[in-house]
Amino acid sequence: MSISGEKKSAMIDLSGVAKSFVLNNQGGAVIPVMAGAGLRVAPGECVALTGASGAGKSTLMRMIYGNYRANAGRILVGGTDVARAEPRDIIALRREVLGYVSQFLRVVPRVPTLDVVAEPLLALGVDEEKARVRAAELLARLNIPERLWSLSPTTFSGGEQQRVNIARGFAHDYPALLLDEPTASLDPVNRAVVLELIEAAKARGAAIVGIFHDDAARARVCDREADVSAFTPQAAA
Amino acid sequence: MTQDYNFAYLDEQTKRMIRRAILKGLAVPGYQVPFASREMPMPYGWGTGGVQVSAATLTPEDTFKVIDQGSDDTTNAVSIRKFFEKTAGVAVTEETEKASVIQTRHRIPEAALREDQILVYQVPIPEPLRFLEPRETETRKMHSLQEYGLMHVKLYEDISQHGAIATAYAYPVRVSDRYVMDPSPIPKFDNPKLEMAAIQLFGAGREQRIYAVPPYTKVVSLDFEDYPFEPTKADHACDLCGAEDSYLDEVILDDAGNRMFVCSDTDYCRSRREAGHVGRLGEEAA
Amino acid sequence: MTPLLQVRGIEKRYGARIGCADVEFDLYPGEVMGIVGESGSGKSTLLNCLAGHLKPDAGQVIFDTRADGPVDTVTMSEPARRMLGRTDWAFVHQHARDGLRMNVSAGGNIGERLMAVGARHYGDIRARAVDWLDRVEIAENRVDDRPSAFSGGMQQRLQIARNLVTEPRLVFMDEPTGGLDVSVQARLLDLLRGLVRQMGLSALIVTHDLAVVRLLADRLMVMKDGHVVESGLTDQVLDDPQHAYTQLLVSSVLQV
Repeated sequence: MSISGEKKSAMIDLSGVAKSFVLNNQGGAVIPVMAGAGLRVAPGECVALTGASGAGKSTLMRMIYGNYRANAGRILVGGTDVARAEPRDIIALRREVLGYVSQFLRVVPRVPTLDVVAEPLLALGVDEEKARVRAAELLARLNIPERLWSLSPTTFSGGEQQRVNIARGFAHDYPALLLDEPTASLDPVNRAVVLELIEAAKARGAAIVGIFHDDAARARVCDREADVSAFTPQAAA
Repeated sequence: MTQDYNFAYLDEQTKRMIRRAILKGLAVPGYQVPFASREMPMPYGWGTGGVQVSAATLTPEDTFKVIDQGSDDTTNAVSIRKFFEKTAGVAVTEETEKASVIQTRHRIPEAALREDQILVYQVPIPEPLRFLEPRETETRKMHSLQEYGLMHVKLYEDISQHGAIATAYAYPVRVSDRYVMDPSPIPKFDNPKLEMAAIQLFGAGREQRIYAVPPYTKVVSLDFEDYPFEPTKADHACDLCGAEDSYLDEVILDDAGNRMFVCSDTDYCRSRREAGHVGRLGEEAA
Repeated sequence: MTPLLQVRGIEKRYGARIGCADVEFDLYPGEVMGIVGESGSGKSTLLNCLAGHLKPDAGQVIFDTRADGPVDTVTMSEPARRMLGRTDWAFVHQHARDGLRMNVSAGGNIGERLMAVGARHYGDIRARAVDWLDRVEIAENRVDDRPSAFSGGMQQRLQIARNLVTEPRLVFMDEPTGGLDVSVQARLLDLLRGLVRQMGLSALIVTHDLAVVRLLADRLMVMKDGHVVESGLTDQVLDDPQHAYTQLLVSSVLQV
């Protein structure tokens, strides 16, 4: 079993994180969704977020990515406090340190798949040729037929889009990775490829936080589980 | 008869106003000075701007000459000359040498002008930037801030469409390293002559602008490093006087396509022939 | 790092009516900021104040100039500001015909800014125009055609080439994809993203299209009645809006 996150310095380090949504257009209704959340993930470690549907797994993951704003607490990723950082610091963090494979592919329409996958590398200033080679490797490995590479992924099937999304998320060797159901809607062959990618990322020292509904996959790649139900606010109506 | 008119047709008040504009133009070479252009007893496009400038410039002692495209005997030249003969009673001449004030349309005389002469140009469109920028407020700002990139856009367009700067007349110049100026529709052959000893005054009647180039002022024709300005003319000698250094008009002689080239400056051609020069089709002076 | 642009207390009034007020932000090199809001929210007024097209009644627009460091462009002399507008700044209009000279060839349109800053070698100017046509995906053999012969999308790409040829550091864009067909919009968005990345451009993009800012902008400012009601990371503002107006704006977008 891997080393525990407590001893080494954590790559991802959350404490006292709270979140509530205020619906200003519905009488200012306040919906607390999380309080006192804490989590530490060391380099090379993969932690699965668990809990019933609606318990806040995705919410927590989005807060780590800076997509949702935390109302309280500290969210350190590679030393940057995402809860307080300026937008440009979060953008730099996302470019260099923190990768995110969401369940949805969001791209400029009509951009070829190869370029979609290469983009995170181009953003880092990697040479175009090298970035495309790397993108091609990943697409081949994820069994996207080469004839599709020059097409936009917006017209692809759900499974194909998911694999393009994964290829994009793994194009750069991020020190920290967030994976939102990376194996959902994948066939066994591609599922195995994704799990290999995750294991390889761990082996090179990436700290990973994931949501896996696939129990076998979770058991295979995750070192620990963190149950987000523990962070459900007591005062919730 | 002259007593029927105030001297040179315009009233004294108006002439003073025009002279103020002229002085301002001389003080700021190339700058277009607005003036309250008057109705003249001739249509716009017949030199109403030049006529007003001439009227404000002439004194009873002056000798006046008018040329139209180099020629003293076209309708336009004759009628303007007669106009001032009648309204100012000044002496008139066709000889460049003898004139003290020369009003011109579309040419500069071949003979070098002297410090005691004044050349008055008739100008149809004084604004060199007008072709590309129709807004007067904007062109004024461009002049005041010396934003003249647009002038080169025009030359760029010429080269891209014709392979060379095809602008053959009204070729834009920069005066005294400051204002870009339209030298009126003179052929670009005449541009180098804009640096001269005489005072040059430009009048645009319809557009109500006067501008000027003082004697010995630097006047540079705009161009590109790889497409330098060239003062071109027809590659012939004058068929009447044999001159090789003058600007030529082409004259079609018959339906068989025979043609001849003659000096556009009729006085220059005449004086050369009188001095014994003979061209290809010329006859010995009688 | 010095911000490229520091905006402080910008206010513009039209009589008693507020165009925009109390606008403050910093824009850093390489950042793209979107400004969204409905018609009349003051976003275009703000953009025009920032770009020097309108004089604000109060406030500073401090630009980090190459020669003299940070300078307030509101109080700078007009020649200096116009020079900035031809060199380090660029402005992309919604309607290409506002930003192009329709009676000048594509090459002349691109070359104008070069000639305005003193380029006097025809061959060089033309070579750079051709290079830029290629960068905005317009065929080289269209270099002598007038923009009136171009499609709307091509006109807009030409306008971008004309603006970027002097390698500005800050680009103001007013609804750059407005009025274009959806498929043409996509191509333009991709082109803009590539250029922003390759040239390290900073940009301010005014639009009412939330999809456009999500794809182009790092940061977002939401305006209502002339005031900034919310700002932050683009996806954070869109996915976790805090202000009532932003919540309404985001929830009003039709899902495709």
